[in-house]
Amino acid sequence: MIGSAADKGTGEGSGAEAVHVEFEDVAKSYDGRTMAVQGFDLRVRRGEFVTLLGPSGSGKTTILTMLAGFQAPTSGVIRIDGSRVDDLPPRRRGIGMVFQNYALFPHMSVEENLAFPLEVRGLARAECRERVGSALRLVRLEGLEKRRPGQLSGGQQQRVAIARALVFEPSLVLMDEPLGALDRRLREEMQYEIRRIHRELAVTVVYVTHDQEEAMVLSERIAVLRAGAVEQIAGPEALYEEPERSFVADFIGENNHLDGTVIAVDGDFCEVEVGRERVRALRIVECEPGDRVTLSIRPERVAVNPDPGLYQNQVGGTIRDVAFVGDHLRVRMAACGVSNLVAKIPNVAGHGGVLVGDTVRIAWTVTDCRALNFEPMQD
Amino acid sequence: MSHQSRERRRAVGLALPLLLFIVVTFVAPLAAMLVRSIHDPAVVDALPETISALEGWDGQGLPPEEAFAAMARELVDARADRSLGKVASALNRVQGGLRSVVSRSARSLEGVSEGPWREAMAGVHEAWSDPTTWHAVLAAGQRFTLRHYLGALDMRRLPDGSLARQPEDRRIYLPLLWRTLAVSASIAVICLVLGYPLAHLIAISPPGRANLLLALVLVPFWTSLLVRTTAWIVLLQRQGVVNDLLAAIGLVGEDGRLALIYNMTGTVVAMTHVLLPFMVLPLYSVMHGIPPQYMRAASSLGARPAQAFARVYWPLTLPGVGAGTLLVFILAIGYYITPALVGGSSGQLISNMVAYHMQTSLNWGLAAALGGIMLAGVLALYVLYDRLVGVERLGLG
Repeated sequence: MIGSAADKGTGEGSGAEAVHVEFEDVAKSYDGRTMAVQGFDLRVRRGEFVTLLGPSGSGKTTILTMLAGFQAPTSGVIRIDGSRVDDLPPRRRGIGMVFQNYALFPHMSVEENLAFPLEVRGLARAECRERVGSALRLVRLEGLEKRRPGQLSGGQQQRVAIARALVFEPSLVLMDEPLGALDRRLREEMQYEIRRIHRELAVTVVYVTHDQEEAMVLSERIAVLRAGAVEQIAGPEALYEEPERSFVADFIGENNHLDGTVIAVDGDFCEVEVGRERVRALRIVECEPGDRVTLSIRPERVAVNPDPGLYQNQVGGTIRDVAFVGDHLRVRMAACGVSNLVAKIPNVAGHGGVLVGDTVRIAWTVTDCRALNFEPMQD
Repeated sequence: MSHQSRERRRAVGLALPLLLFIVVTFVAPLAAMLVRSIHDPAVVDALPETISALEGWDGQGLPPEEAFAAMARELVDARADRSLGKVASALNRVQGGLRSVVSRSARSLEGVSEGPWREAMAGVHEAWSDPTTWHAVLAAGQRFTLRHYLGALDMRRLPDGSLARQPEDRRIYLPLLWRTLAVSASIAVICLVLGYPLAHLIAISPPGRANLLLALVLVPFWTSLLVRTTAWIVLLQRQGVVNDLLAAIGLVGEDGRLALIYNMTGTVVAMTHVLLPFMVLPLYSVMHGIPPQYMRAASSLGARPAQAFARVYWPLTLPGVGAGTLLVFILAIGYYITPALVGGSSGQLISNMVAYHMQTSLNWGLAAALGGIMLAGVLALYVLYDRLVGVERLGLG
C-alpha cells in the first residue's frame, strides 16, 4: 500500500504506546457493491494533527464517522489506544467531535450546549460551571454564555462547537470540515485558533477537509484520499515537494501536468518524450521504456528564457498569455504538446518581460520534474 | 420598492375572492350565530307593550293591571297572526309549562273583551296569579340576554335576580362539556403516543419509503367519513371482527362479547383513527427538519439514547407536538359526526347537543351559546399555548 510506505518514509514515532488511533485495512461499503473506503491504513500518534484531504466522494467523512462510531466498518480494524472499538457506541469512545455546520443544539444557550456533555456524565453543577467557563475562555467567547446559537455569528458558532467538543477533555478530537461554512477571512483566523488550541491542549486531532490550503496550514501529516483509497500520506512539505502520485501533484498546489512516454530508464532518472520534446525526469514510478507516465513540474520551478547552460531540461515554447499577479507574472505557454504550461516568473528587478506570441526557451531542473503514474489529463 | 408594493397589492387582490367567500360563508354566519346567543327578540317583538308595562313593575306581588291587559290583547293578536307558537316556545324555554299556559290562555281570551284583566286571566289559567310566571315573561322579554349562556353553564337566575346552579339532576351541559374536554384530551394524548413513533419512522426513512408511509397515514383522509365510520361499525360491533377474533382465541366468552361501539369506547377509537393524520403530519414536518447530526452530536458528547431523546430530540420536536396536540384537541372538541354515528347514548359530545338544539328543540340561542363557549375555550387554549410555547413556533408544516 502506498499509504503505509509513505508512513514509514516520514519516520513515524516508533514506540507502540505513541500510537493513539490505528486503522488497519479498513473498508466500508454502503450498498455491498461499491466501496466508499477500501484498504485504509493509518496510524495517528498521540498529540498529532492529521488531516484527511480529498475531493467530495473520496471517503474522508466516511472514515471519520467510522472512527466516531456512527458507522461500522465493513471489514478491517479500528483501534483507539490499542484496543478495538468495533462494539463501542459513540458515547463510550471519548471522542470530541466538531460537526460540519456545527450541530449546536438550537434550543440550548451556549452555556447549556457546553454543559451538555458534562451533565450527561453526571458532573456536579459547580464543576460544570467551572469547566464551561474555562472552555469559553479557551475559545475566547466569554460573555456570550446566555446566547442561543441562532444569535451568534458563524465564527462564534464555530468556536462554541469547538469548545463543546473539548469541554469534557477528550484526548481525541475529530473535525469534519469545520470551517466549510465560513468566509475566507474568518476561515484563516479560525485556522490559527485551531492551531493554537491544538498546541495548548496537546490533543490528537483528526481533521477532514477538501481545502488543500487549509490542510497544509493545520496539519502535521495529511492523508490524501481519492475514491475511497489513500493516494499518499505525508507532511505538507513532502506532499508538495515530493508527490508520489500524479493525483497528489495535481491536487496539492499548482502543477504542470504533462503526459508522455518513457524512452529510456537510467537508475533514478528516465528520459520521457512529451509532445515533440525529450526531457529528463526523476523516476518516481516504476517504469520501463514504452510506458506512459505523467510528469509533474511546479510552475514556480519553470524558468522562462534562463541564462543558457543553467538547466539540463530545455524546451521551446510560445507565450500564449501573461497575467500580472503582483508578486509574480503568470505565464501560460504552448510547449511539450500542451497549450497550458504555466510558469510563475518572480516579480524581481530584471525579470525580463515577455509578450504574448514570443517564442521562448523554457527550462527546469531535472529533480523538479517527477515522473509519476500515468493519469490522463482531465479538463 | 414601489414595484414590490404593487406586487403585494396584486397578490392581495388575487386573494380577494377567497376573502369574500370566507366572509360570506363563514364569518358572517358565525357572527350571526354568536349574536343570536345573546340577542333573543322573539318575545319582546310579539309582546312589546306587555314587556314595557312589566318593566315598570316593582317585582313585588303581581304586576299592575295594565300588564295583564296588554298581555291579554297581545296574546290574542299573536294567535291571530300565527306567531303565538314562537312566543310560546320562547317562554317555555325560560319556564317549563308556559307553552300550554300561553296557548290555552290565548284561545280562551279570544272571547273576552272587557276587564278587569287580572281576574279574567286568572280565570283562564291559575298560573297568571303566580308572580313567578310574570318574572319569567319579563326575563324572556329581554332583547339582549345572557340567559342562554347561563343555561349552557347549567345556571339559572332566581326570581330575586341572584344566580344559582341548577339542581344536580338537571345539570346537563357542564358535565357534557367536561366530558368533551376529557375525551378530546385523551384522544389527543392517544394520537400523540401512537403518532410520535410513526412520524419519527417516516422522518428517518429513505424518501421512497417515507412517501409510501405518508400515503398510508393519509388514507383516512381519502376515504369518505361514512365509509370509515361504517368500517369501524363492522369491526367493533358485538358480532364484529374484533369480537369474533377475541372470542375465537378465547379471550372473551361468547356471552361476554365486549361492547366496543355505540359507547364512549367506539367514539374514542373511531375519532383517534380519523384524527391521527392531524398529529402525524405536523410532527413529521418538524422531525423532518431536525438534522440527524443533532442526535449524532448528542451521542458523541456522551449522552445515552434516552438522554439524547429527552434533552435534544424531544425539545426540538415540541413545536410539532404542540401543533399536533392542539390541532387534534380542537378538532375533537367540535367533532360531531363520528360520535353521532358510533357513540350511542353514552358517547355523545357537546357538539351533538348543539346539533340537537339546532335541529330538534330549535333552541338556537342555547345552541349558539354552547358554540360560543366552545369557541372561547379553544381561543383560550390557543392563547395559553402562545404564552407557553409561542404561536410562531407552531409547526403546522
